Amino acid sequence: MKKQHLAALQKVYLCLIFSFLYVPIAVMMVFSFNESKSRTLFTGFTLKWYKSLLHNEMILEALWLSLVVAFLAATVATILGVMASIGISGMKKRTQGVINTVSYLPVVNPEIITGVSLMMLFVVYVNVAHWLNSNPEVPGFLKFLPENIFGFGTLLIAHITFCVPYVIFNVAPKLRRMDVRMYEAALDLGCNPRQAFFKVVLPELMPAILSAFLISLTYSIDDFIISYFSCGTLQTLPIAIYSMTRKKVSPEINALSTIMFVAILCIILVSNALESRSYRKKRVKE
Amino acid sequence: MKKVISLLLTLVLAAGSLALPTFAAEDKIQVNEDISVSADYDWTRFKGQNVSLNIYNWGLYISDGSDESVDVISAFEELTGIKVNYTTFDTNESMYAKLKSGGASYDVIFPSDYMLGKMANEGMLLPLNKENIPNLAGISELYLDKEYDPGNVYSVPYMWCMVGITYNKDMVDEADLEQGWNLLWDPRYTGQILQFNNSRDCFAMALKTLGRSMNPTSTQDIDDALVKLQEQKPLVQAYVMDEVFDKMEGGEAALAPYYTGDGLTMIAENPSLGMFLPEEGTLQCVDAMCIPASSQNQEAAEMFINYMCEVDVALQNALFVQYTSPVEAVRELLPAELRDSELMYPDPALIERSEYPSVISDELNSAMDMAWSQMKSFDDTGNQWLVPVFLLVAIAMTVFNVWRRRARKKRRQMY
Amino acid sequence: MIKNRKLAAPYLVWMVVFILVPLAIVTYFAFTDKAGNFTLENLMIIGQYSTVFVRSLLLAAEATVICLVLSFPVSYFLSRQRAAKQKIFLMLVMLPMWMNFLLRTYAWMSLLENNGIINRILGFFGIGPFQMIYTSGAVVLGMVYNFLPYMILPLYTAMTKIDNSVIEAAQDLGAGMFKTLTKVLIPLSAPGIATGITMVFVPSVSTFIISRMLGGGSNMLIGDLIELQFLGNSYNYNLGSALSLVLMVIVLLCMSFTNGFDDEDMEGVV
Repeated sequence: MKKQHLAALQKVYLCLIFSFLYVPIAVMMVFSFNESKSRTLFTGFTLKWYKSLLHNEMILEALWLSLVVAFLAATVATILGVMASIGISGMKKRTQGVINTVSYLPVVNPEIITGVSLMMLFVVYVNVAHWLNSNPEVPGFLKFLPENIFGFGTLLIAHITFCVPYVIFNVAPKLRRMDVRMYEAALDLGCNPRQAFFKVVLPELMPAILSAFLISLTYSIDDFIISYFSCGTLQTLPIAIYSMTRKKVSPEINALSTIMFVAILCIILVSNALESRSYRKKRVKE
Repeated sequence: MKKVISLLLTLVLAAGSLALPTFAAEDKIQVNEDISVSADYDWTRFKGQNVSLNIYNWGLYISDGSDESVDVISAFEELTGIKVNYTTFDTNESMYAKLKSGGASYDVIFPSDYMLGKMANEGMLLPLNKENIPNLAGISELYLDKEYDPGNVYSVPYMWCMVGITYNKDMVDEADLEQGWNLLWDPRYTGQILQFNNSRDCFAMALKTLGRSMNPTSTQDIDDALVKLQEQKPLVQAYVMDEVFDKMEGGEAALAPYYTGDGLTMIAENPSLGMFLPEEGTLQCVDAMCIPASSQNQEAAEMFINYMCEVDVALQNALFVQYTSPVEAVRELLPAELRDSELMYPDPALIERSEYPSVISDELNSAMDMAWSQMKSFDDTGNQWLVPVFLLVAIAMTVFNVWRRRARKKRRQMY
Repeated sequence: MIKNRKLAAPYLVWMVVFILVPLAIVTYFAFTDKAGNFTLENLMIIGQYSTVFVRSLLLAAEATVICLVLSFPVSYFLSRQRAAKQKIFLMLVMLPMWMNFLLRTYAWMSLLENNGIINRILGFFGIGPFQMIYTSGAVVLGMVYNFLPYMILPLYTAMTKIDNSVIEAAQDLGAGMFKTLTKVLIPLSAPGIATGITMVFVPSVSTFIISRMLGGGSNMLIGDLIELQFLGNSYNYNLGSALSLVLMVIVLLCMSFTNGFDDEDMEGVV
């Protein structure tokens, strides 16, 4: 009897928490179809905000930039991170500890500090470049540093910087747990170290690398604070959203949220379905 | 000839969006149905050269095609073949910080009067080559050659406005409007006042209620104004900039000082709103177009500035942002309710009593910034109990930690 | 295995240039004035902003405690479900996290406003309206909403490791619900609690958007103050750097505290 009560209580509680998590999102979705601009009174159904969103060049450009930056940053970060993991694994425990601690800094530090510190680095660079370029005493061959660096480059650097640690923390443990004998067997069977790496080690690490890549991709697309300090004149999607929330708010923003939510839901459902299918296949094989 | 054209244009406008006249006067190039620009200017000299301009303007401050307006930027791109990268800021100070840090390189920026003067003094702006901006001739003298930029070396005025107080007629007793600026200190409106989220305007208002010039002249002024603003803080619902549109239109607050042009926009959206200009005088402001020293495309930037001063373009912008356009010919083309609006073209006597924000010394500026941060972080209510509670939490955490360690020790002993 | 240390070289260079040097620059600016002379003034000025610091810490602590209290049962219930159900519930917890936090916070604005949805519903029953937005409560709510999954997930991970038989054993031995909770559940999920606390506290204490969107600019937090120095009204890199430095120290201190008992508990559990 008491157990039943508990079970009911448990259900009610979970319901409450999940409605807390989802009600705001549901409200946004509902109001994305609202005829008028009011955010609180539903006056009629329309799709016009979706239409105007698709014609909003600022948003589309920002989305494109976000995707490009995320893809490049995730790729570079993954390569850099995998190389680093392999290199670090061959080092002494102590050195490993030091490197890991430093790599951990961008993860534990508040984002705003990573953002601000990178911005300061770029600002100092700009000042140095300006001084070099404008000082008549500096020999001409030193006047090659570009001054207007804020923009795509800085954005990319910032994103790579905060992505690499996630790659390392994903790949390094896998590498540590990997069976060394596999690699040695490959060498014994006539592979050179390079072949052994690409044919044996890399495939073994692939799931970890892939998930590191995906994590980097999502962090990069989602990042606002660090980009905010290093974007120059560019606008990534989160920055565009921020500038939208600071103005007269248009229901387009609701439409955008709805599209993003549905897109994410689809991605997750599809990836889950694929996962469980391959899982089932594996079981069948066994 | 010009008059004829403007007459024609008025007719076209009056006819609304009817079938368009395919003709354009001989000395005009028609870009689209609403915009024609003068033909004796070489608009196409950058075509095909892959030039792009970074424009940094206030949010909601150009006719950008939203709400069925005319998109003047894409018309410019079409006309000149120059790509425009348009981004926005929401306070003069954040714009200044971004430029000063070298954090971005822009080609055209839209600072207000006092900020423009400060930036010019600091060598952050390029002197304009006026040969590339022939439309400067169309700007009314009322807005030229002001203290912040004598002779308009660095700037061409884009929009003009005054600071007024928006109020919700359902929430504010109209008899109270007599109080002028003191209305914003009236405790009956506690929690219903929205205040500027920028130091300059806030301090100007506070100084006015103290009966002084709206521009601080000494640190004493700043200290006194700070007291006044701290006094006001409990009455203020929030410090906002462009969020004010949503808040006032949605009836979230009763009073909000803001710029006249934006006031007109809000009134158009929600008729129960009104705006008044306090009789004792107020601030008048110019937002002007300038070229930062770091610009790589001065000539193209000047072309953009010239384009913005085209009568048609200025008209569309004025219709969209509802600020007063310094382009003289615009007034006649506006619909009657705007042409005769007290808010768009206020009483000259009131303008006479009003001040431009002046360029103030660095020392006063930093004193004001300091006072501003202090005011914002000053908390009347929470001050006393915040610290003890924090201490309690810290102690609780320590006790928890100690207790846990003991519990574990016990557990170990049991094994 | 593959002893090729050279592979790490590009990353090491990257790490030094883009992680260590920037932090060194921040430290340098924190201890210098505009002309580049050594000074402690920046750090001393911060004393004037102690209310901001205290408010940030306090609101973040409130949010963390609320998150902990709310998540503990959720994680427990989830960890006791069947595996397939667990997966679905986990997805439901993570899903909102995938949406940009600006949009999530923005959603709350229309709920909390004076004429917002909550007040309209309350008004329907003749209650209110209440001033909810632009209060410190709204800021805490925003933090809780945004960071709740960060608490649920580590707690859940820790609790899945607790075997049902352990709980049953405790009950068989006569422990009541409260005893089971304090003697078994909490100690065994302590690593999760520690991780959760850091994962909620750190972003809460340094946020600057939530306070601006829901706090109305008068509930300034450290994050706002820092942003103000770099990209906002004040434009004072030196003060901004000093503030960042202090924030960093606070966070690292918290980390060492929670990590401290993280390690200890790890040995107990593993």
